[in-house]
Amino acid sequence: MADLTSEFLGIKSPNPFWLASAPPTDKAYNVNRAFEAGWGGAVWKTLGEDPPIVNVNGPRYSALHSNERRVIGFNNIELITDRPLGVNLDEIRQIKKDWPDRALVVSIMLPMEEKSWAKYVPMIEDTGADGFELNFGCPHGMSERGMGAAVGQVPEYLQMATEWCKKFASIPVIVKLTPNVTNILPPAGAARDGGADAVSLINTLNSIMRVNYDTLTMYPTTDGMGSHGGYCGQAVKPIALHMVAEISRHKDTADMPISGIGGISDWRDAVDFLALGASNVQVCTAAMVYGFKIIDDLTDGLSNFLDEKGMSSVEELVGKAVPSVTDWQYLNLNYVEKAVIDQELCIKCGRCHIVCEDASHQAITSQVNGERYFEVIDEECIGCNLCVSVCPVDSCITMQRVTDGIDARTGQPISKEVLNWTAHPNNPMRKQS
Amino acid sequence: MPKDNNAAVCSRRLSDEEIARNFSDMHPPLGRAEALVEADRCYFCFDAPCTTACPTGIDIPGFIQKIRSDNIAGSAHTILRENIMGGMCARVCPTEVLCEEACVRHTHEDKPVNIGLLQRYATDPVIDKNITLFERGPESGKRVAIVGGGPAGLSCAHRLAMFGHTSVVFNRDEKPGGLNEYGIAAYKTVNDFAQREVEYILAIGGIEVRNNVSLGEDFKLSDLQGEFDAVFVGFGLGSVNDLGLANEDVEGVLNAVDYIAELRQAKDKGNLPVGERIVVIGGGMTAIDIAVQTKGLGAEHVDIVYRRGPEHMGASRYEQEFAQTSGVKIRHWARPSKLLTGERIAGVEFERTTLDKDGKVTGTGEYYSLNADMVFKAIGQSVSEETLGAVTGTLDMQSGKIVTDDHRKTSLPGVWAGGDCVYDSDDLTVTAVQDGKIAAIAIDKYLREESNNG
Repeated sequence: MADLTSEFLGIKSPNPFWLASAPPTDKAYNVNRAFEAGWGGAVWKTLGEDPPIVNVNGPRYSALHSNERRVIGFNNIELITDRPLGVNLDEIRQIKKDWPDRALVVSIMLPMEEKSWAKYVPMIEDTGADGFELNFGCPHGMSERGMGAAVGQVPEYLQMATEWCKKFASIPVIVKLTPNVTNILPPAGAARDGGADAVSLINTLNSIMRVNYDTLTMYPTTDGMGSHGGYCGQAVKPIALHMVAEISRHKDTADMPISGIGGISDWRDAVDFLALGASNVQVCTAAMVYGFKIIDDLTDGLSNFLDEKGMSSVEELVGKAVPSVTDWQYLNLNYVEKAVIDQELCIKCGRCHIVCEDASHQAITSQVNGERYFEVIDEECIGCNLCVSVCPVDSCITMQRVTDGIDARTGQPISKEVLNWTAHPNNPMRKQS
Repeated sequence: MPKDNNAAVCSRRLSDEEIARNFSDMHPPLGRAEALVEADRCYFCFDAPCTTACPTGIDIPGFIQKIRSDNIAGSAHTILRENIMGGMCARVCPTEVLCEEACVRHTHEDKPVNIGLLQRYATDPVIDKNITLFERGPESGKRVAIVGGGPAGLSCAHRLAMFGHTSVVFNRDEKPGGLNEYGIAAYKTVNDFAQREVEYILAIGGIEVRNNVSLGEDFKLSDLQGEFDAVFVGFGLGSVNDLGLANEDVEGVLNAVDYIAELRQAKDKGNLPVGERIVVIGGGMTAIDIAVQTKGLGAEHVDIVYRRGPEHMGASRYEQEFAQTSGVKIRHWARPSKLLTGERIAGVEFERTTLDKDGKVTGTGEYYSLNADMVFKAIGQSVSEETLGAVTGTLDMQSGKIVTDDHRKTSLPGVWAGGDCVYDSDDLTVTAVQDGKIAAIAIDKYLREESNNG
């Protein structure tokens, strides 16, 4: 059995799965239930100054559903905690006392004034919490007040606030990044420059879920009006993975520990984040959609996976896939793959044919000798993977490398030499050898 | 000799509640949540095999896609534009040997998409709420006579109306609908669906229905040729094949189709007299329908006896299993050799059968008897003698049925035919609807060319 115990910035937890700062970590009652269910840690829902903020009394959440009404995307306009600071601090202190083996980090959001940080940071640290997470990501409501994503989108502000927090904190400080930026590296670099011990990402994305088809207003609304929310859930995972990988592979940020967040629903999602450089992961939407019980699959799924891979700890997996991520310009343009359809597995739905016909390179037959038959035409196949993506049968269509002979499409011999864009003859800026 | 058990034939064998349950919807409709999940199972195949397998060529992935997006009117239009009786076909089509057999999910996981119920999900609201999806074309001034008010005739009339032609439907029965109204098991078309569908079809306008008139008795084909610009005949099969045994007219030996018609029209099904022991002779859908329905009325023992094996039966495997799980016993490889009678029917003697070297059914010389207080004949139907007399010598016929070309045109200029009465029919509602549609398209072409030439 692989060892799932985790140590992130010296904060220990029995597994690398923390609940992200969000509604499920708003109160002792929920966090107790989460720890009973087996969660490794929790980031307490963001605390702010007293008096607490006020939430709307109408819909806070809405979902993007599949036809089976599975939630694939999720939106919220809830603000930070709306409970008095004292109540939260008492509960945090008690939870840490009751669950000494679990990670308990506190998310905070404070105005851009040093005195506020000087006042609240020591007060919160006094609860015995293991660390801080700075909420520079919340994209709705709080950002209108110059906090949350409004800070995270300006690297200078982000750095300044990080420095203030570090100045008054003796426990680790994690900076939670907003994905509502065009490039994640400047805010990540600012966090590092401000002295952050780690970054966590992503927070939610600006979003409007849909329109109400009866009223032709946005949906949902509060008394007829709506406001954009923060988008999360499975649908955002690829966006999060890209940002995690960017930080992992960029030399200036590569050694900064990452807590991965964004659409983690099962253990495979966790593998994605860990392999792309996150040292642990945080989960919210899946718990909001299914309850805390999903931790069972997350932990033993990951454990079984590590066993299968012959890895004895989570650490061995961290960053494994990072070296495979590069810029497009370094991809080998002499490498050739073609799709191959396994006729034993083919159910003859013809999806591969029609997408190739309509949207790609007319490289799949619909009939052979008058019979319904789907087969790749190597002379046309550019190896784009579209057919693999749409085939409803797992492993029926595979991409196979062509290593020898002539590429039937180009008529050119397959070259074993690596040739990327930087040296390609068609590149006017190519590096001369 | 089995005893005369006349007293065993009686009405009200079961309580009203039991009968209501036995004749409730065979396949309850899908709710929205179920329909969305089922619709999601459709792979949206290219050149979909289900569509190819549908005699009316409904774009099945197309209508299912529209269910997924809650575009129910669009979905129904996709169905009904190819098959105006898509609602009835959703209920009675042997989907297990048509669209659903061809579904690639069959290959993938032995469980096809439930196309029949999805089709019903899409079409029911259109009939229930009388949503107009088709409009009558600009008046052409052409008039078409349609003989027969069943699926073929009504399908033809509706398509002709879309083209702007007027039609008069000459219908033998009291109500239009043909076998949809009189011949299909009640639990397949509950809540008077057949009539509601007919009303929906007629609502397009330009279709006049004249009931209680029969070809050969009330009018001749030549009358119609004189009065109308074109004629479509779809009079179905009005007569039931006999067993060819002595005493067939004894009390208690009945035509399955007559009893089913009576049952379909009965206001109170419990009033219908039914025996304790029923024997049904035949192997098609009619045999299944009469067997299951008499069982549903409270018959104790219902046996279907068929002269060949299960694989030869006209009823699909699914239908056979449905009968068996409804408490009907199906006996294969026996044919009736003698009706055992007293004052009325008392039983049937059967000879066991086998196939000879040439694959023909032959008796083995072994016999057994079944007691019966009711015997139903369900060994096929044919064009009635009166109707046959009215067309023989005028239209080319083969084996007592009308010969047509691919466009359902008969040998007689200006006359088309479709449905069960044509030679290459397969006796399915869906095929009759397609015949009517094909013929209407051909008739429209003919009428337009005629106008242009004239």
